[in-house]
Amino acid sequence: MSEIIVVTSGKGGVGKTTTSASLACGLARRGKRVAVIDFDIGLRNLDLIMGCERRVVYDFVNVIQGDCTLKQALIRDKRLETLYVLAASQTRDKEALTPDGVRRVFDELAADGFDYIICDSPAGIEKGAHLAMYFADRAIVVVNPEVSSVRDSDRILGLLSSKTHRAEKGETKVQEHLLLTRYSPRRVATGEMMSVADVKEILGIEVIGVVPESPDVLSASNAGTPVILNAESDVSQAYEDSVGRLLGESLPLRFLEEPKKGFLARMFGG
Amino acid sequence: MGLLAMFRRTPPTANLAKERLRIIVAQERSSRNAPDYLPLLRREVLEVIRKYVNVDPEAVQISVEKEDGHEVLEFSVALPEK
Repeated sequence: MSEIIVVTSGKGGVGKTTTSASLACGLARRGKRVAVIDFDIGLRNLDLIMGCERRVVYDFVNVIQGDCTLKQALIRDKRLETLYVLAASQTRDKEALTPDGVRRVFDELAADGFDYIICDSPAGIEKGAHLAMYFADRAIVVVNPEVSSVRDSDRILGLLSSKTHRAEKGETKVQEHLLLTRYSPRRVATGEMMSVADVKEILGIEVIGVVPESPDVLSASNAGTPVILNAESDVSQAYEDSVGRLLGESLPLRFLEEPKKGFLARMFGG
Repeated sequence: MGLLAMFRRTPPTANLAKERLRIIVAQERSSRNAPDYLPLLRREVLEVIRKYVNVDPEAVQISVEKEDGHEVLEFSVALPEK
């Protein structure tokens, strides 16, 4: 049986695709069989972040509509052999996505021995976002320590507890995790930015990871290499820890404090 | 952070963000499972009250609370200071 994880947020631009790509890579690197699916019909982007944009032949909607087999549409990652990407359709109408269609694709992935299905949700609370979370066993709510992102995340948490298959069937609820991104320990220290504890207190769910603000994220997307694969980056280590926690490891949060800088570095920037 | 940044202070507003969020999130959560007619009811009640007292739109709060198995419709109207 595969575990279905939705990466969602409500608000756009907070790092859902970056997070989906990195968690998928992290799980695959530990030998898990992983499919990562772009649910943003009409605005495909996961393929770019994964660096496989020129290898997309068939997409998610093609599979649902029976234009091709699932095997034909899954793009095997060139770096990690147990990782596959299913691209969103760039041209089709998002009405083409149906609960039955999504269910069939998930069932086939499960039958094919996939351990994890990562659903990269579009922003908003429309159809794509709804279907991305609908069959989820777990949800990773990506949030920036900023008012609109936190409010939207709470809205998403409300939907997770009422508009999912688990909620509707009265099964055990979707397991929810918070993942903070663009976290700036320096600005938290000066009281300019809400802390992990503040965000956790408002939303009332457990934190699975804190990813520091870093230029490495842009470099990674420029190159089409998920940032978790850049071993030197703090961001990579933060995502790696999150993967560990997802698998049940108990790891303390890191990168919550600003690295100590020397006097000269502070004077002249560094 | 360069030389200039050491002297330029951004005001610490994180607490303000937290307080505002605490209030709005609590309010939105309480209306999440509330009946659909609540926003309209609130608007109409506000109009009636405004015939007599000039209150702020924010001054009227309506919520549905569940207590011991029955639901209580709760109104709160803050009157303006004289």
